[in-house]
Amino acid sequence: MSKPKPHAKSDPGILRYDALSRINHWLIAISFVMLVLSGLPLFHPFFWSLTGLFGGPTMTRILHPYIGLFMTLFFVIMAIRFFKVSLIKRHDIQWLKQIKDVLSNHDERLPPVGKNNAGQKLVYWIMVLCVPLLLVTGLLIWQPYFADAIPITLRRLAAFGHAYVAFLAIITLIIHIYSGIWVKGSFTAMIRGRVSKPWAKHHHDLWYEEEMEKERKEREMSKPQHQIMTGEEPK
Amino acid sequence: MRGDQINLQNIVKRSATQVPSPQERDDGVETVTKLIDVSRCIGCKACQVACSEWNNLRDEVGECVGEYDNPTDLTPNTWQVMRFNEHENEQGNLEWLIRKDNCMHCAEPGCLEACPAPGAIVQYANGIVDFNSEHCIGCGYCVAGCPFDVPRISKKDSKAYKCTLCSDRVYHGLEPACVKSCPTGSIMFGTREDMLDLAETRTDFLKERGFENAGIYNPQGVGGTHVIYVLQHADEPEIYNDLPKDPRISPLVEAWKGIPKPLASVAIGLAAFAGFFHYLTAGPKETSEEEEEEVHADEERDQQSEEKRP
Ligand code: HEM
Ligand code: SF4
Repeated sequence: MSKPKPHAKSDPGILRYDALSRINHWLIAISFVMLVLSGLPLFHPFFWSLTGLFGGPTMTRILHPYIGLFMTLFFVIMAIRFFKVSLIKRHDIQWLKQIKDVLSNHDERLPPVGKNNAGQKLVYWIMVLCVPLLLVTGLLIWQPYFADAIPITLRRLAAFGHAYVAFLAIITLIIHIYSGIWVKGSFTAMIRGRVSKPWAKHHHDLWYEEEMEKERKEREMSKPQHQIMTGEEPK
Repeated sequence: MRGDQINLQNIVKRSATQVPSPQERDDGVETVTKLIDVSRCIGCKACQVACSEWNNLRDEVGECVGEYDNPTDLTPNTWQVMRFNEHENEQGNLEWLIRKDNCMHCAEPGCLEACPAPGAIVQYANGIVDFNSEHCIGCGYCVAGCPFDVPRISKKDSKAYKCTLCSDRVYHGLEPACVKSCPTGSIMFGTREDMLDLAETRTDFLKERGFENAGIYNPQGVGGTHVIYVLQHADEPEIYNDLPKDPRISPLVEAWKGIPKPLASVAIGLAAFAGFFHYLTAGPKETSEEEEEEVHADEERDQQSEEKRP
């Protein structure tokens, strides 16, 4: 197997998200944004004109819950797959305590972190909290399917809950999107799946070391095999 | 009944609307009120029929459930129902309480407050609360907003329906259909002032007849209603098929629809702006060239040492 030279310009970097993760992420991202755009006009008339994006006010009302079901389905898959890398570690707490350094780009002062930093993990956990709540409260107020069967106090509670959980989710989403724009190289990570090694070392040093260790082991493994298969002596 | 016209230039409240509605033409418009004198009602349901007839509503013929209540509840096609209750009073006598149940036309309507669709619910200068089906999107929020459980969502067109207080008839100077049809004079209609006067007279009369707690049901929790009752037992409205004692827009609805919403909306906008301005000031997070060199140097060293190893 030919291995690309690591210092060549065509350095493929490290695989961060495989194709499945990327497709999953973008299905959620697109439907989530559609949920925000179709939910906000009902949230406040400031946003009423967004109903034009969905074929009018009534269509917006009809479509929103179906998009919600679609999004939830893929969210569950992603939440399970990303569970392990999202567990909060000790260095994450330290990272959070230094959020000022994070924001002012003083990255050299930050503790090394794993595949995800505390900010990314928080986005994960907030969404893991919000999406099920949005699903349940959304179902409870869904006309014409469930709402009529729900006791009125519960409906009111659900409507209230849906609105403000959605608010929390939207703020989280804005922060999440902004991080992608702010941290150069991370957007391409979710598009093409790969990050450069310097990027990995800079932002996720522990993960980078792990990956490098893996690479080294792979190389070690492939050496003797090469000898056996070709019968060549080591140089 | 002069001067109580309603028209589209005469709206005092409009759902999901921040700016004032056209309301210059309210001069001489008096607020109207429908008075339902429960003590005079004989439960004949002429009003129910008149309502269906005038509004072109034909509900499905239901089944007798062993009571006079028929239909047993409000529906998209039944905008008013007579509620029958057998009440045993303190003397141990039976009282048959019959309440005509329909939209109360609240001065501060919970339905209108909850409605997210601009102009789907309006309140005219004369006090009538009307649903404009053309703008209704069928979300059911009005149902959650109403303290009297009045609006119903249609299975046919997913729009909300309720009593209009015959806003179309009133517009032409007529009384609502139910009022017109009542054979006992139990339902009266007129200016709010007149109706409150009349209700007072009726209450005094009932008190003379021994109903000490007779009174007017005009709940202040919703700013008063444009449909008021004269009750023999105004101290316990619950005995009239759970008429709420102190109805008000639920605190949950207030919390959902109140001040937090515009604040939250602004917060969403600010969050986006905050990101933009952070980028302007702190700049992007990038890896430096030195770091890149470092990584490549590391790799090279690694590779060389591996190759040297036997
Ligand atoms: C998870 C599945 C979801 C379901 C089943 C659902 C369902 C609903 C329903 C039934 C409504 C009432 C209006 C309508 O019938 O269209 C609604 C409103 C709304 N939804 Fe969702 N939704 C979901 C997810 C979301 C998400 C992810 C967001 C955004 C983060 C969101 C934001 C909103 C907003 C802002 C409103 C308006 C709330 C208000 O009027 O106060 N929803 N949703
Ligand atoms: S009784 Fe209900 S539907 Fe009628 S005006 Fe009041 S809140 Fe609206």
